Amino acid sequence: MAAHDSPTSTAGLRRPGRQVPLWLQGSSLLVSLLALLPVVFIVAISIQTGWNTVVQLVFRPRVAELLLNTSLLVILTVPLCTLLGVTLAWLTERSTLPARGCWRMLAVAPLAVPAFVHSYAWISLLPAFNGVSAAVLLSVIAYTPFIYLPVSAALRRMDPALEDSAASLGLTPLAVFRRVTLPQLKLAIWGGGLLVSLHLLAEYGLYAMLRFDTFTTAIFDQFQSSFNGPAANMLAGVLALCCLGLLWLEAGTRGNARYARLGSGSARQMTPARLGAWTVPALLLCLLSGVLSLGVPLITLGHWLWKGGIEAWQNDSLWPALQQTVLLGLLGAVLTVLAAVPLAWLSVRAVSRLQRLQESCNYITSALPGIVTALALVTITIHYARPLYQTIVTILLAYLLMFLPRALVSLRAGIAQAPAELEQAAGSLGSTPGQALRRVTLPLAAPGAAAGLAMVFLAISNELTATLLLAPNGTRTLATGFWAMTSEIDYMMAAPYALLMVLLSLPLTWLLHDHSKRSAGR
Amino acid sequence: MTSLHLQHLSKHYGATQAVQDVSLACTSASRVAIVGPSGSGKTTLLRMIAGFEHPDQGSITLNGQTLAADGKALPAHLRGIGYVAQDGALFPHLTVADNIGFGLQLKGAERQRRIAELLDMVALDQAMLQRWPHQLSGGQQQRIALARALAQQPRLMLLDEPFSALDTGLRAAMRKMVAQLLGDAGITAILVTHDQAEALSFADQLAVMRQGRLIQSGSPQQLYSQPADEATALFLGEAVILPARIHQGKAECGLGTIAVNNSQFSGEARIMLRPEQLGLELTDSAQCQAQARVLECDFGGHDSLIDLQLPHDNTVLQLRTSSWNLPSPGSMVGIAVQGRAHLLPA
Repeated sequence: MAAHDSPTSTAGLRRPGRQVPLWLQGSSLLVSLLALLPVVFIVAISIQTGWNTVVQLVFRPRVAELLLNTSLLVILTVPLCTLLGVTLAWLTERSTLPARGCWRMLAVAPLAVPAFVHSYAWISLLPAFNGVSAAVLLSVIAYTPFIYLPVSAALRRMDPALEDSAASLGLTPLAVFRRVTLPQLKLAIWGGGLLVSLHLLAEYGLYAMLRFDTFTTAIFDQFQSSFNGPAANMLAGVLALCCLGLLWLEAGTRGNARYARLGSGSARQMTPARLGAWTVPALLLCLLSGVLSLGVPLITLGHWLWKGGIEAWQNDSLWPALQQTVLLGLLGAVLTVLAAVPLAWLSVRAVSRLQRLQESCNYITSALPGIVTALALVTITIHYARPLYQTIVTILLAYLLMFLPRALVSLRAGIAQAPAELEQAAGSLGSTPGQALRRVTLPLAAPGAAAGLAMVFLAISNELTATLLLAPNGTRTLATGFWAMTSEIDYMMAAPYALLMVLLSLPLTWLLHDHSKRSAGR
Repeated sequence: MTSLHLQHLSKHYGATQAVQDVSLACTSASRVAIVGPSGSGKTTLLRMIAGFEHPDQGSITLNGQTLAADGKALPAHLRGIGYVAQDGALFPHLTVADNIGFGLQLKGAERQRRIAELLDMVALDQAMLQRWPHQLSGGQQQRIALARALAQQPRLMLLDEPFSALDTGLRAAMRKMVAQLLGDAGITAILVTHDQAEALSFADQLAVMRQGRLIQSGSPQQLYSQPADEATALFLGEAVILPARIHQGKAECGLGTIAVNNSQFSGEARIMLRPEQLGLELTDSAQCQAQARVLECDFGGHDSLIDLQLPHDNTVLQLRTSSWNLPSPGSMVGIAVQGRAHLLPA
């Protein structure tokens, strides 16, 4: 009662620390400034080249032709991917399709096959396979999982009560899908569509093998014939503009409505739609997509592996290539995830305008094709940091710039699993901030970090363009080794490389699939 | 007995003043409720006591130990104060047993025994121990969160609207259980809530907050019968508020002459009566202090709502009355006033 008059102890009082440590702010700013390098390069090089030369290099029939090819590819592929992806997602998540678990795996599995291995499989089967239709078909096969994954996750997350309410308001099942389900899938479709488009613009190997010219293949050819000329740089500038245009288009049409489940508690289990007579056509569709996307590569690979026999595996450069791939992949993945930690932390715990700006810097750069980033780093290292040219530092930096958002997305999801409230709860139970980090935050964020590592590793182990341009002389990864073999039309010797790449990607693809399932609350 | 002193506490977020110059002493109470509408700063106040937020100004003292003063603060983990959040904030990666044992220093069998004991205290089945938080209902999660906080044997238990996510029936039962449990353990509790009924029934000291300021504190009975202002009067329950002319401890108003609880004041003012002070007289209406015309009866089962008009100045007031023998609309009834009216400060 009289405590107020008795002497009070003030032991242990501290000045509260800064809400956001300075080093965290600083390192995230540094990473974001690094990410701006390619964009700065494009702008600087355009200014340096001079307006007249720019006009001369950009406004010519060749550029128009490339633009037409690239646009055609995007306009044809994205809707087809969306149609196939949404259909497969609906069938595997919402219908009574038999063996849905199996088809789910099959729908994601094409991710384990690098795009240029798809084209290898088809071109060695049908040598006359080329032109725009071939390019579109292979793009749909290779990139549909990018739509399938987010859409199926969104379908799982969706509250069945919404569809029930719509039905009780007199809507037919088709109308329910069109007016309730589809609008809720919009964000997933738009996000997936953007990802597919950016891949279409960035992919080199797939289209080079089909002899279908896009900006990326043209820049690469230009670079090989005239090295670091203004022609290649200007094409890269136009390509970068196309990518930024796509980003802008997506952001402008996506809408800002968030379709979240309102109310608490867990959603009721969904009753799957009965397919009835449609079961057989649905099964045929899944089977067809499986055969085209996995059957063909597996059959061709099997064929070349059988033909090559044991000899193909006794290639002196095969095992060093595997080693180098794993080494580069691990180094790059660890570096990228570490660089993403400050950004991810800030984006969850201390959202600010500066932090959002930094995030968009990183997204823009990673949306640029690898060839643009690579070209920028080639030019910058040659002119300003010669000792770094074609060293492991440069190639790792390229990987960092290209794949940072992949690490960021997973890390952010991981950190969001551990809200500040839980750290505070740990604090009120006597844990020091360090203990709370170790016992609560890290265990909760670890799966996200692991997924981020896996995603970046997967991307690096299949990366071709930047590695070809930037890796130190004598570096041979599985991807560049494979590319060298197929360029010499030595399909037999290329097969072991392809198989190793697929095997390396398989567990990671499975992990990706599993992660998307769990993040959807399954 | 725990003694907690808050002195001139202020806290702002950007331009928003969340808590403004709040001083509160809890010295003899074992159950304190801080009540106020959402956005009144009550949760910020609680989080400052817990150590999750640091006050810009002012000091917090618990049993003679300064927890915060002059912009410095003791970190939350050194305070020994239990905290139960609105949603329980159970660690999703730990089982129920590990959640309860999170803050325990014990090892092995002793730890198991203590965890089982704590689970018993919150009246949950031992089979629960190996479950995961997402497998529990809201009420069960709250009980586990309480057991987890109790494991610390805290000096003070802070409850941040822990019952608001529960169903009405479960809410009352949980409230009773928590009050009983903390009372038995001899732990002082501070409950933050926006539900006045919950606050009135839980607390033996009540503090009302509005717009970051502490409006009034005292016993629930005192605040209910003598609220500091009209808004507090209406926040804590139904009230009949009438204009009156006050002179020598008597109020002249639509209900006739009523005694007020202030003999000094003289002049025009507003007075407050709780509806339960007014009784309806159906048969002998002429004997009563005041008469009124029945405008409307709203039958509500156990009790009903009656709209009355005072002939004196046409004021309309609402009374809740037993549904037995309701008067018919248009008839005259008598009103008998019990006790004194409360003079509302201008």
